[in-house]
Amino acid sequence: MAVDPLIELRDVNKYFGKLHVLQDINLTVGRGEVVVVIGPSGSGKSTLCRTINRLETIQSGHIAIDGKPLPEEGKGLAQLRAEVGMVFQSFNLFAHKTVLANVSLAQLKVRKRGKEEADRRSRELLERVGLASQADKLPAQLSGGQQQRVAIARALAMDPKALLFDEPTSALDPEMINEVLEVMRQLAREGMTMVVVTHEMGFARSAANRVVFMADGRIVEDRTPEEFFTAPESDRAKDFLSKILKH
Amino acid sequence: MYVLTDNFSLYGKGFLGTLELTVYSSILALLLGFVMASFRVAPVGSLRVIGTVWVAVLRNTPLTLLFFAVLLGLPRFGLVLPFKVFAVLALGCYTSAFICEALRSGINTVPTGQGEAARSLGLSFGQTLGNVVLPQAFRSVIPPVGSTLIALAKNSAIAGAFSVTELLGTYKPLNELGYSIIWSFVWIAVGYLIITLSISALFNLMEKRWGVAR
Repeated sequence: MAVDPLIELRDVNKYFGKLHVLQDINLTVGRGEVVVVIGPSGSGKSTLCRTINRLETIQSGHIAIDGKPLPEEGKGLAQLRAEVGMVFQSFNLFAHKTVLANVSLAQLKVRKRGKEEADRRSRELLERVGLASQADKLPAQLSGGQQQRVAIARALAMDPKALLFDEPTSALDPEMINEVLEVMRQLAREGMTMVVVTHEMGFARSAANRVVFMADGRIVEDRTPEEFFTAPESDRAKDFLSKILKH
Repeated sequence: MYVLTDNFSLYGKGFLGTLELTVYSSILALLLGFVMASFRVAPVGSLRVIGTVWVAVLRNTPLTLLFFAVLLGLPRFGLVLPFKVFAVLALGCYTSAFICEALRSGINTVPTGQGEAARSLGLSFGQTLGNVVLPQAFRSVIPPVGSTLIALAKNSAIAGAFSVTELLGTYKPLNELGYSIIWSFVWIAVGYLIITLSISALFNLMEKRWGVAR
């Protein structure tokens, strides 16, 4: 894998004030690859995810998507973001719009599709995430798991080259986590390029091509799930795994 | 008591004058306030500076002083317009600073995740503001914008001191005609109440229709 790089980060550094949250990050995600980023909280994994579509700016280093460097603020950046979907921990569905309108909005405004075409595509995607019957409801009327599946459909509506997941199941009740993970597993099987920040070790084992372990702003390990979970190299990863796998 | 029926046309002119000032200035204030609020949250630094300076200057200037500046100052630079237009300019610009801040506080009530989600889908700053942030901000700014426009209606009385026909100014001719000053003012107050209570009613209706459901 990783012969055809889609997302490339080179020597990326980021500070929040004095805090050095990303330290010399080098990461390549190949087309069709699923990379799961795990690590203790505060390790910079969410920030890493958010730098890829420039929701967080970086102080130094290079990020390229599909061979093109990440543009500065403006039209070029908006175009790039349309190619890289993002799913957030807190869903962030547009609270004043129906489920259908949530999925259709960017198709109308960014992809310039007609209303009928956009709505048809939206209904297809809602069908795919199992929510076709909820199209006319407002986000607040749905459960967390349903909202997150709508958010995935909304990201897919742009036909993105890659999807970024920033702790997509961390705000969900345990029984809703699976319905979201199932949608994500299906996407992984279909060959979608995904960067997933998560605490779901089961998902990492079953769906990831690679596991990236971060601690204190650095990538400590970058290996296949079997290798990482059965024989972690670093003490930091051993310590982390012993804590989360115990209970 | 007969001061109203005897001088109905005088009161009527004053009332319409105040109404006109209120309506035109409100429209100007809402438009300018909207533009300035957009500036204040824009990603472009120079726009943010313009918005901040606009609010700082206009919000902190006494309205009477602003009237002097506009009505006496602008003609010096060759801009001669009817006093009524000047009055609308002064009132509208002054009030726009308050509208801007009310809108901005509304924008701040919208969770940042909403804007991030919109931007992550490829929407531009303008599209994000227009389609996602402002429609949600709008619901929470209905009450403060209503208050600001009521204050505008009452502030329009200052225009009377600059020989613009408006409601408060009607007391002068009535006083000269020898009518009871108390009843003159009672009817003037009623005139203001008609306007301000109408604004209240309108905004109550809007709040019922579009307000944040809790």
